[in-house]
Amino acid sequence: MTTEASPSTTPTMPTARTSPEAPELSPATRTQLYETMVLSRTYEEAILREYHADKGPGFDIGKGLVPGEMHLSAGQEPVAAGVCAHLSADDAVTATHRPHHLAIAHGVDLRKMTAEIFGREGGLGRGRGGHMHLFDPATHFSCSGIIAEGYPPALGQAFAFRRRGTDRIAVAVTGEGAANQGGFHESLNLAARWSLPVVFVVEDNDWGISVPRDVATAIGSNADRASAYGIPGERIEDNDVEAVHAAAGRAVARARAGEGPSLIEVHTLRLWGHFEGDAQGYRSDLDEVPGRDPIPAYEARLREAGLLDDARIAEIKDDASSRVEDAIQFAKSSPIPDPTTATDYVFA
Amino acid sequence: MTITEAPQATRRLTTSKAMVEAIAQEMERDESVFYLGEDVGAYGGIFSSTTGLLERFGPERIIDTPISETAFIGLGIGAAVEGMRPIVEVMFADFMGVCLDQIYNHMAKIHFESGGNVKVPMVLTMATGGGYSDGAQHSQCLWGTLAHLPGMKVVVPSSPADAKGLMTAAIRDDNPVVYMFHKGVMGLPWMAKNPRSIEEVPDGEHLVPIGKARIAREGSDVTVVTLSLSVHHALDVAEKLAPQGIDVEVIDLRSLVPLDREAILTSVGKTGRLVVVDEDYLSYGVSAEVIATITDQDPGMLVVPPRRIAVPDVPIPYAHDLEYAVLPRHDRIEAAIRATAG
Ligand SMILES: Cc1ncc(C[n+]2csc(CCOP(=O)(O)OP(=O)(O)O)c2C)c(N)n1
Repeated sequence: MTTEASPSTTPTMPTARTSPEAPELSPATRTQLYETMVLSRTYEEAILREYHADKGPGFDIGKGLVPGEMHLSAGQEPVAAGVCAHLSADDAVTATHRPHHLAIAHGVDLRKMTAEIFGREGGLGRGRGGHMHLFDPATHFSCSGIIAEGYPPALGQAFAFRRRGTDRIAVAVTGEGAANQGGFHESLNLAARWSLPVVFVVEDNDWGISVPRDVATAIGSNADRASAYGIPGERIEDNDVEAVHAAAGRAVARARAGEGPSLIEVHTLRLWGHFEGDAQGYRSDLDEVPGRDPIPAYEARLREAGLLDDARIAEIKDDASSRVEDAIQFAKSSPIPDPTTATDYVFA
Repeated sequence: MTITEAPQATRRLTTSKAMVEAIAQEMERDESVFYLGEDVGAYGGIFSSTTGLLERFGPERIIDTPISETAFIGLGIGAAVEGMRPIVEVMFADFMGVCLDQIYNHMAKIHFESGGNVKVPMVLTMATGGGYSDGAQHSQCLWGTLAHLPGMKVVVPSSPADAKGLMTAAIRDDNPVVYMFHKGVMGLPWMAKNPRSIEEVPDGEHLVPIGKARIAREGSDVTVVTLSLSVHHALDVAEKLAPQGIDVEVIDLRSLVPLDREAILTSVGKTGRLVVVDEDYLSYGVSAEVIATITDQDPGMLVVPPRRIAVPDVPIPYAHDLEYAVLPRHDRIEAAIRATAG
């Protein structure tokens, strides 16, 4: 490890509280951010519909075309759109148990991803993985159902990218609840010490299932924790895709330039339950939640800027719907895996 | 929680309600008992393991933790060492990887390493099992792993009454006890309704000694040794086969450590035929241990080779048909019993 473990020259970085001036985004980029968010939301609305279509009578989690736990990311689209806008399919993204928005923004094939969620042979994992375990070698996308355990493998992807002499990077995402896990802190330290090209992203949606951030976490901002590892930390207070885009741009540039990791925390929003079927009886902020939906807010902003009008919005939404319905149709018509192959793929 | 004040001697309760009742009764009886874990407060436990307890005992004793299993299991160990009686929940057995060191190098070894001078009277609870497409990281049983590592008792109730009786015994035990409950036996409103997950439960104090298996069904032709949700499946199959002239005895192990080898030997001594059903992985697991119990004593007790029905060393697949192909369900259990009954 001697070549990687050269003494770090990175000085302790102050935590940014307010974002420095962001460069004006091009109209194309702004529309693109909106389109990505709309596609993600359209997708999840369709999954929501399919998930609940045949869970009854009552609610049986094991029933239906899409069985098992379902964690949807509605409200968190600005994080995915803003961060992944800086990436290509050559860069790695490691998501959490709530992965769809990140997969979509990173360009994971919609059909294969949907087929996986439906447990079909044509899915990313041939129906073996499911919605929390999406692995796409084409875009270096992966996720994990075990909290914070997606961080450590991201270090290895970053290590491999650098060892091969590329400027590719890895982006690792967790929730704010996961930032209290050992894997989170060990990863920050190791990445900082070895100056690995990683961008750590924390999606702070205020809740770790039923436990609020301030009950679980000793400090208000996980971005402050970055300073303990000598790397820059930035917290974006508003769930605004352009603010995320700006912060991610700085972190990605730093990683690509070989200057090491950064941490970005976005104060985002869990619009729906932790998982589908979660009655959210514990939740104190439900009344104001719909009003904080980031997509209508951004839509209004782009209308004001003259980038969107009714016709263009309808076109974007129609386009998203047809892509999503195509993916759902593909999933439904993909074969159910043959039970006699249930023990395949344990070894290479 | 009015159920505890009900006048009748037994009531029909779900497994989760029976488990909660035991915890509540022990918390009333002993100030040093407290419950710690993720979403155990206002949520009441993801698998209803603590429903109503926060309202009754308050946040000083029913404690929501950060997602920091290593820290809060370790905290439980430390508190137990100082004489408290913590119950610590790991939401899914699958998550124990992140905190395994605290479990098997600390919780389980302190008593031994201290030459018996330090006790760790804590209960570690966790949910196990699959059958509802939750994928490879949320569907494992893993009780064989814990039973393999010395120093902790491992109990696995299958019925509501045992859930109460074993929980009471676990809390009062001076050893670390891992209490593993299958989601499919809890009687959860959002899972397939399992008729055996609601049964009569004794009112008041109810203790089931740890280490004593239960004859869930008496029979003379074939012994099925099993545990947890598989007990329910085995009983279903036994009922189906009875009119066809195959009389199956079903042994519910109830605990893996200690293992009631006597009960296994007695039953196989009677039937001469053995099927072991285990929802954990096949190799190096419970099924081999049960069979070794017989062969160590006298392989001649078996008139035909024993059979084992377990998960064939593959992570639990997500897709429904694949998952059902690897889980020990009715069809596989029935085929094994028929083949053994010969
Ligand atoms: C090691 C581990 N512990 C606990 C869990 C159960 N669990 C799943 S999601 C979750 C809350 C996660 O909260 P956060 O990290 O904030 O992400 P969010 O769900 O809010 O997106 C918990 C406790 C798990 N999957 N893995």
